[in-house]
Amino acid sequence: MEAWIRARVTLALTLFALLFFVSRSSPPRQFVISNAERRIDLSSHIINVHLTLKVENTGTRPASEVVLTLTPTEVDHLAMVDALAIKGKRKKTTSVRLEVKPTELPDAPPIDAKYFTIYLADPLNSGESTTLEVLYVFMHFLEPFPAEIAQSESQLVFYHDTALILSPYHIKQQTTFIKTPSTKVESFIRVEPTNRVGTEIKYGPYEDCPPYSISPIHVHFENNSPFAVVEELVQEIEISHWGNIQVTEHYTLVHAGARHKGVFSRVDYQSRQFSNGASSFRYLLARLPARVHSVYYRDEIGNISSSHLRTNSLKSELEIEPRYPLFGGWKATFVIGYGLPLQDFLFESSDDKRYLNFTFGCPLIGMVVDKLTIKVVLPEGSTDPSPVVPFPVEHRLEAKYSSLDVIGRTVVVLEKKNFVPMHNSHFQVYYTFNPIFMLAEPLMLASAFFMFFVACVAYIHIDLSIRK
Amino acid sequence: MATMPASASDLLKSFKLKTKQQELLIRVSILCLVYILAFITRLFSVLRYESMIHEFDPYFNYRTTLYLTENGFYDFWNWFDYESWYPLGRIVGGTLYPGLMVTAVLIYRILRFLRFAVHIREVCVLTAPFFASNTTLVAYFFGKEIWDSGAGLVAAILIAVCPGYISRSVAGSYDNEGVAIFALLFTFYVFVKAVNTGSLAWSLASAFGYFYMVSAWGGYVFIINLIPLYVLVLLITGRYSMRLYVAYNCMYILGMLLAMQIRFVGFQHVQSGEHMAAMGVFFLMQVFYFLDWVKHMLSDTKLFQAFLRITVTSAVAVGGIALGLGMVSGYISPWTGRFYSLLDPTYAKDHIPIIASVSEHQPTAWSSFMFDFHILLFLFPAGLYFCFKRLSDATIFIVMYGLTSMYFAGVMVRLILVATPAVCLISAIAVSTTVKNLTVLLRSKNKVVQTGSTKGSGGSKSSSKALLDQSQPFQKNGAIALLFGAFYLLSRYATHCTWVTSEAYSSPSIVLAARGAHGNRVIFDDYREAYFWLRQNTPQDAKVMSWWDYGYQITAMGNRTVIVDNNTWNNTHIATVGRAMSSYEDEAIEIIRSLDVDYVLVVFGGVTGYSSDDINKFLWMVRIGGGVFPVIKEPDYLVNGEYRVDKGAAPKMLNCLMYKLCYYRFGEMMTEYGKPPGYDRARGVEIGNKDVKLEHLEEAFTTSNWIVRIYRVKPANNRWWLNRYKFG
Repeated sequence: MEAWIRARVTLALTLFALLFFVSRSSPPRQFVISNAERRIDLSSHIINVHLTLKVENTGTRPASEVVLTLTPTEVDHLAMVDALAIKGKRKKTTSVRLEVKPTELPDAPPIDAKYFTIYLADPLNSGESTTLEVLYVFMHFLEPFPAEIAQSESQLVFYHDTALILSPYHIKQQTTFIKTPSTKVESFIRVEPTNRVGTEIKYGPYEDCPPYSISPIHVHFENNSPFAVVEELVQEIEISHWGNIQVTEHYTLVHAGARHKGVFSRVDYQSRQFSNGASSFRYLLARLPARVHSVYYRDEIGNISSSHLRTNSLKSELEIEPRYPLFGGWKATFVIGYGLPLQDFLFESSDDKRYLNFTFGCPLIGMVVDKLTIKVVLPEGSTDPSPVVPFPVEHRLEAKYSSLDVIGRTVVVLEKKNFVPMHNSHFQVYYTFNPIFMLAEPLMLASAFFMFFVACVAYIHIDLSIRK
Repeated sequence: MATMPASASDLLKSFKLKTKQQELLIRVSILCLVYILAFITRLFSVLRYESMIHEFDPYFNYRTTLYLTENGFYDFWNWFDYESWYPLGRIVGGTLYPGLMVTAVLIYRILRFLRFAVHIREVCVLTAPFFASNTTLVAYFFGKEIWDSGAGLVAAILIAVCPGYISRSVAGSYDNEGVAIFALLFTFYVFVKAVNTGSLAWSLASAFGYFYMVSAWGGYVFIINLIPLYVLVLLITGRYSMRLYVAYNCMYILGMLLAMQIRFVGFQHVQSGEHMAAMGVFFLMQVFYFLDWVKHMLSDTKLFQAFLRITVTSAVAVGGIALGLGMVSGYISPWTGRFYSLLDPTYAKDHIPIIASVSEHQPTAWSSFMFDFHILLFLFPAGLYFCFKRLSDATIFIVMYGLTSMYFAGVMVRLILVATPAVCLISAIAVSTTVKNLTVLLRSKNKVVQTGSTKGSGGSKSSSKALLDQSQPFQKNGAIALLFGAFYLLSRYATHCTWVTSEAYSSPSIVLAARGAHGNRVIFDDYREAYFWLRQNTPQDAKVMSWWDYGYQITAMGNRTVIVDNNTWNNTHIATVGRAMSSYEDEAIEIIRSLDVDYVLVVFGGVTGYSSDDINKFLWMVRIGGGVFPVIKEPDYLVNGEYRVDKGAAPKMLNCLMYKLCYYRFGEMMTEYGKPPGYDRARGVEIGNKDVKLEHLEEAFTTSNWIVRIYRVKPANNRWWLNRYKFG
């Protein structure tokens, strides 16, 4: 409740400031957005915003940098931003992925906003126009209100935004569509023309909006989709050149929706499944690579017996059930582990290096990860590790001692905050490894046994008694 | 070319083993196999369930071991545990036997040093099987010491699979007994060896064995009483020797000094009534030695007789007076209730309900003797016969060990464990001797035949049969039949042991398994569900009240503070909990608030038909509560001396807190097809009070099969803000 008020106050202040500065300064821009369409999907707790912008260069010089604007709250919850340039007409469209980088505007108005710049592949000449598609993914952006609900209540959340797209450019025409998960909408602010049909609320079209114009709205609606959030996921990938990759994943799962309040009644939960605990969840689905073997699912106090594994030649699906259903604010920690055949993931590159090609992501489907740590444990004796990840991550090196290790194994640690399923992609870790190291451990064991037997033989043949 | 085969055959000849070497090879390989067998037969529990800690006490041991690995020995030794016995706490370092934990951590450290990346839990799970394997080795040497190596081998095999021992040493049963039986047998073996040899080194070893035993298990009292008794018997039967003098004195003095290093035992060796027998025998030994010396000095028999009389009288008198003075002044504490209950099986039932309430402290039924010993039960008297036939210092010891431990096994179910090694050893003597006699019979006949016939036809059996000695008809056939009979019995024993191990003794009792309607295996994992819920979703400092059985598990798995646990050191505290459970809700809430309890946990089997739940334990809560607080009276909960929960139950029963917590909203629940709602499957009745209302408590969590139910204590009405502060 308090947080909500604070958020509202902040937003209002920001908007006042914005309006104030907007009226004072409007720096000349090269671009004009002739048409903008925004589709906001609120059906789960991961919010997708698709923005289609038709950008026109009205300046005199060719330009290639289009600026996007977001409020600081939005940036805090932004998991990813992606931009595509659409080329061609009608059915023959092709899309090109563009580079997006956070920037500081030198001539920005002194307002509280953050900027991202899209670098167009070819500069847009004066008078030309192009279509850009921008995807924003936000997490933790829906605010449960009321913040605490009882078992039989369903979960209502607030979504705050502005009916007008915040942009440094003049927008000639714009429309916003908000899609809610169900028709149950408690309230929403109208900014005429506003129209609500079924699960969709349409704001606009609005004509000729000056730069930095805004119009705050909120939507208060029912969202019972599981707000399952992995607070922390530590994935350890241990490579053994004897033919196995062992993956161990430590999860800290939390239900980030409205907090559960008061009684948990099993009788109600069992007998009235739909009206009770509508926002809680029991099952999770993990998609594992094909040919997975020796899968386990456990936590600190032992094995959890409620899981099913379905495998076929293309993929494996592991359906797991935490020990108890998760209501708002409830936590569960668990570990999933599995083995994979080495040849599916480890390859040799042309320059005599080896590389691991693995999915950067969380196997649990539709899961938001606040902090994802991937540890690639390279075999003992490997050198020069270098990770290749398609998006920026923090990385560092560690050492780990596993069974029979003497010098320790090199561990490449990759860390990514605010991870959403859209990030799922492959990454590579290159390293050099001399196969002779594979023999170190067997030789050690063999020599230890040899020494033992030699000691036995020696003991039998040596007379240690004092008396003769 | 011609020399080559010759040298090769020479080489072969040099490799060919002599009979003695062959025997050694066979013996060592049998021992190795037994060693492995003893280990793997205890892994049934891991295969059937998982690598986990079992039951109740092992969870405490595991928790302390974890603490020891994380914080080191000195912190462990000084550990004051705030998480149990709230608000009293428990001085853990001074109230436990650290042997087990130290052993496990030592094994863990060694494995870590050797670069094996093991988890401490795996070490704990496998400690008991590992020590069981070691026990088989000790049994072999012990058998060899008291009889011969054949008996030793048989003893090793018998003890490796004996259910009486397996019941306490399966993988996951991380309890003191796991290492203590090894320590017990080792101490006895080394002591017998010391008595046989008179060697100071062996008696020193037995002192250290005793020290290990003291550090591991409270059952060391058995050693410190059996050994003096044995010495006394030897003295009385005129078997006093210098060997015995050296062995006992060294073992007693050093063992006592070492045992004092264990904080939980402290000065009990000189202060407690249970240890006085050992001290008395120690002084008696000195008197004997003195007399022996005087006899040696005095040549006059008459004079010696008079001297003997005076010395013995005065020694006994001094001893008696010292004991009396010690008792009166309170310096020597009287025997404890546990010790009494061992000597007198009915004592606990009348005086200490908390001891009598534990199922493993009940007197043993015949069936469980049969279950745990199987054929050993018949072989045991036979072995005793052989022992008496060949009396020696060693056999006297094993006979005494066998007889006393058998008596204790009859008093308490759990002491079958102590009797098991003795029973195995004595039975092994019976088996080994019988088989040996029979085979000697067979072989000697063959020799007669061979000398009587030509060498060529001697091998064939048909010809030798005709030449049998006429004076003993069918002797060979009888021997063969008997041999087969013995092997049949032993194979039955092996089958029985395997069956018992896999079916009865491998259940962790945390996870319950049942057969579903289609013969599939259904797992009830409710305990861990509830404990994990507590661990994840309650405030860090939440206090949980439950019956003491679940205390260790809640602290170990749920990581929350408990009011009482399985240590049962404070009877009043337990009685307070018992009183709260057996009072009406508004009386109970006073007690609950005074104990600062946040959650109340009960175990309920009405939905699944799990019979060892709190309703079935409830009468013990009433008894223990009533033992301290006379407000609670057992007859109030019974109807005509009968305990029931249906409509005919006593009104106090239907409205006490335990009943309400177990059956809250159970009246709406359909448990079985064709039965009315609120049908209790554990007791097979429809419950009497279906409209249970709770005023001061609210349901916080119930597991999927209702086995564990957790209730949250609501703050008092004028403290509603606490709710937000505590749970918000």
